[in-house]
Amino acid sequence: MTSAAQARTLLERARWAARAYSGYDKAAVAAIVTAAADAGYAAAERFAEAAVAETEMGVVEHKIIKNRACSRGIVEYYRDEDLVSPRIDAARKIVEIPRPAGVVLAITPTTNPVATVYFKVMLSLMTRNAVVVAPHPRAKQCSADAARVLAEAAVNAGAPDGIIQVIDEPSIPLVEAMMADERTDVIVATGGTGVVRAAYSSGNPALGVGPGNVPVFVDATADINAAAQRIVDSKAFDNSVLCTNESVLIVEESVAEKMRGALTRNGAYVLDRDEAALLREFMFPFGRLNTDVVGRDAAWIAGQAGLRVTPKTRVLIAPFELVVSEESLAHEKLSPVLGMTTVADTERGIRAAQAAVRIGGAGHSAAIHSENPSVIADFAAAVPVLRVSVNVGNSTGSAGLETNLAPSMTLGTGFVGRSSLGENLQPHNLMNWVRVAYNSDADVRMPNFAGVSPWRSPTGPVPEYPRPSNEWDTPPLPHHNGRTPTPSRTSEPSIDALRAELRRLVAEELAQLIKR
Amino acid sequence: MYDYGTFSFDSKAEVLEQSKTFWNPGKTQFWIDEGVDLVIDRRQDYYLWDMSGRRLIDLHLNGGTYSLGHRNPEVVQAVNEATEYFDIGNHHFPSVARTALAQRLVESAPASITKVAYGTGGGEAIDIAIKSARHATKRRKIVSIVKAYHGHTGLAVASGDDRFAKIFLSDRPDEFVQVPFGDIDAMEKVLSAGDVAAVLMETIPATYGFPLPPPGYLEATKALTEKYGSLYIADEVQTGLMRTGEMWAITKHGIEPDIIVTGKGLSGGMYPITAAMLSDRAGQWLNEDGFAHISTFGGAELGCVAGIKTLEISGRPEVRSTVHYIADLFAHGLRRIQSDNPDWFVGIRQNGVVIGLEFDHPEGAKFVMRELYENGVWAIFSTLDPRVLQFKPGILLSHEICEDVLDRLDVAVRSAEKAARERRPS
Repeated sequence: MTSAAQARTLLERARWAARAYSGYDKAAVAAIVTAAADAGYAAAERFAEAAVAETEMGVVEHKIIKNRACSRGIVEYYRDEDLVSPRIDAARKIVEIPRPAGVVLAITPTTNPVATVYFKVMLSLMTRNAVVVAPHPRAKQCSADAARVLAEAAVNAGAPDGIIQVIDEPSIPLVEAMMADERTDVIVATGGTGVVRAAYSSGNPALGVGPGNVPVFVDATADINAAAQRIVDSKAFDNSVLCTNESVLIVEESVAEKMRGALTRNGAYVLDRDEAALLREFMFPFGRLNTDVVGRDAAWIAGQAGLRVTPKTRVLIAPFELVVSEESLAHEKLSPVLGMTTVADTERGIRAAQAAVRIGGAGHSAAIHSENPSVIADFAAAVPVLRVSVNVGNSTGSAGLETNLAPSMTLGTGFVGRSSLGENLQPHNLMNWVRVAYNSDADVRMPNFAGVSPWRSPTGPVPEYPRPSNEWDTPPLPHHNGRTPTPSRTSEPSIDALRAELRRLVAEELAQLIKR
Repeated sequence: MYDYGTFSFDSKAEVLEQSKTFWNPGKTQFWIDEGVDLVIDRRQDYYLWDMSGRRLIDLHLNGGTYSLGHRNPEVVQAVNEATEYFDIGNHHFPSVARTALAQRLVESAPASITKVAYGTGGGEAIDIAIKSARHATKRRKIVSIVKAYHGHTGLAVASGDDRFAKIFLSDRPDEFVQVPFGDIDAMEKVLSAGDVAAVLMETIPATYGFPLPPPGYLEATKALTEKYGSLYIADEVQTGLMRTGEMWAITKHGIEPDIIVTGKGLSGGMYPITAAMLSDRAGQWLNEDGFAHISTFGGAELGCVAGIKTLEISGRPEVRSTVHYIADLFAHGLRRIQSDNPDWFVGIRQNGVVIGLEFDHPEGAKFVMRELYENGVWAIFSTLDPRVLQFKPGILLSHEICEDVLDRLDVAVRSAEKAARERRPS
């Protein structure tokens, strides 16, 4: 077990690394970010398998997609955003200089372990932060391995030693101590309510995000077949471990029968009242979620509950009457089981969605399938969530993979969800800008800052290996780790060409996932 | 009123008076005369507080004793917990704690090291090393360097500079030979007689002001010991335990010594313990006669626990990395300050956080020491070369403290030059 006291030496190293990295220039950062993303991308399949094997949650092929999206995908998405160079606003006579947070403490969950590690590490690298990953104990092996793959690639590309570290033996007291440590500059907490509240109570700046309990409303104007297909796909995606997966399906009565048929055609199994009772008993013994079901496939869950379904069943639809807290099926399930209720009209549909969020998931997300903009607007205004995805599966929709929201594994739940972050976590959340403001008097001139940059590329390993000072003038010895200095690569035309080709390939590959 | 639980004093002045009366008048008066009126009261991390309440950043660390900081919380916790179960132990018997630390020390060392013998102080561990070498080679002569310092017990003090030996009529020139540091010809000359048991050498001689071994010197010396059948004893009391960015500085030279001596920082400054780590050849007496060297307190079990924790902390990859960062920052910062004062600050001797600063005055380091003391930093001159200030950062320092120290040093170096040029040292 890593002790709380031991974590201090780890965080101290991170501070040294952060201090060094905060002076890197754009080219050096780009080389490091690209190298880490490539390494993560190359290992996407391996870690998808490892994550499923270790956590027994989710679907390998879907985790591959997420791992790719959270490595090269995320880098591609922010490719044109310069988070390093000073910004000049000549008209307002203001120069803005980016200032990284420093040490990011990234708390990652068991449900999306590797993708979240990738995501938080890539965001940290883009913004010149050091990051310490504290994985969920149930996903510690794959999370630590993933962090190390990125760390090695980053350091080999010139990043400071220790820029990415990971806790091998996480525990709650350890993470609490690290969250409260003065060496931690910002906590990015993804996980249960407990860890998120602890992050906010730590005394350090925190970006905590809470759980979801996503209502999806299908009104009479919706394209029912398309809605059914999107909902089933979304629920089947990684067996619903994304916190954005739909939890409660609310359908206008006039199209309910049609909806059931469409769901069935798309691979869902609609349970009857007795079957729903059996499932409820298995999934929520004494009213509490049986965590064994999290991320399992529908056929396994049905079998355990004593239901007979075909092995091809992708999603279980469990009907219930009232969206109230004592109805277990109205709570978050993190599995391919979708509660379903019907309503007489859109007004009642909106109230049912509000009721679902009253149970849990405030500030998180909701979905609506409708062609009526005023219903959509009423829904979005009434339901206390910060993202409403429309005519798209919510798993990937609110996470920005199938919408134009920022692609993210960490969704801010805002003030209503007791978080300081209201948007999808993005690189700029991990940095500040120093505002250099000139006298606004027209007589005071601001000189031209173009090309002025306080940042540098490293000329060798950071830190330098400690050779004795009477040998300082001789050529550097080979580094202890076999590491050699990597020159900045941007000036080499062959590398530029290679990168352009790589960008093209990646863009093609990710066209389905990430739209610009 | 200063209440320390089991004792108390009314004032700092009273302590100084009683110190002269009951303890050590010479030493007490020396520091008063030097302008360093320090009586250490509270201590935490890399800070010391004088009884007056004044805070000092500790860049002396008692030669690395406090390399992990004062009262390192992890070491304190380990020792506190150990007192619930252990005491010093009984040195006649096998012991869980001694065995556990010995195993870890052997694993931390080059492959040549296979056994550990414990002492309570650095001198005792050096004595064990010398005795082991004599037993292994059946020779008596020990070669060390001019201005060497290895401690104050019988054999250790005889191997060092006369400064500490002659006063007690403890010099033994017939058995202890000294050669100039860095002079490989002189070394070969004395070794070639074939009657030398061992060469005893600090990897970087601390009390002599950390002169760095010329490139190849230690390697050539090791080769000569092999050629002439002598052993190589690496005194790593000040250079070991990650202070050069590797656990044992001698490994940076690719040398597998016959004996490594460690002390000072080995127990995080919380409990006295030292060790001589021995090769098969040097440790042969442990098979022949395990009672040949006895020490009631050597390898005290509480010390072993402190040692295990200290070794574990010092060996962490993140700590090694941090030492490299600290060394890098000081390397750049010191060169900057030196370039502003090239005629005064004439030399930087650095390997990791083992650092000596050389000034152009026979007692230059005393001036800088005093000015640093005035500026809230405690670093000490080198006893056997007072031109050189021993400048010993801890291995867990934050970058803020390092930058703070450099700012203070920048000022102290300038004002020390002024003081040195204007008057003679006190």
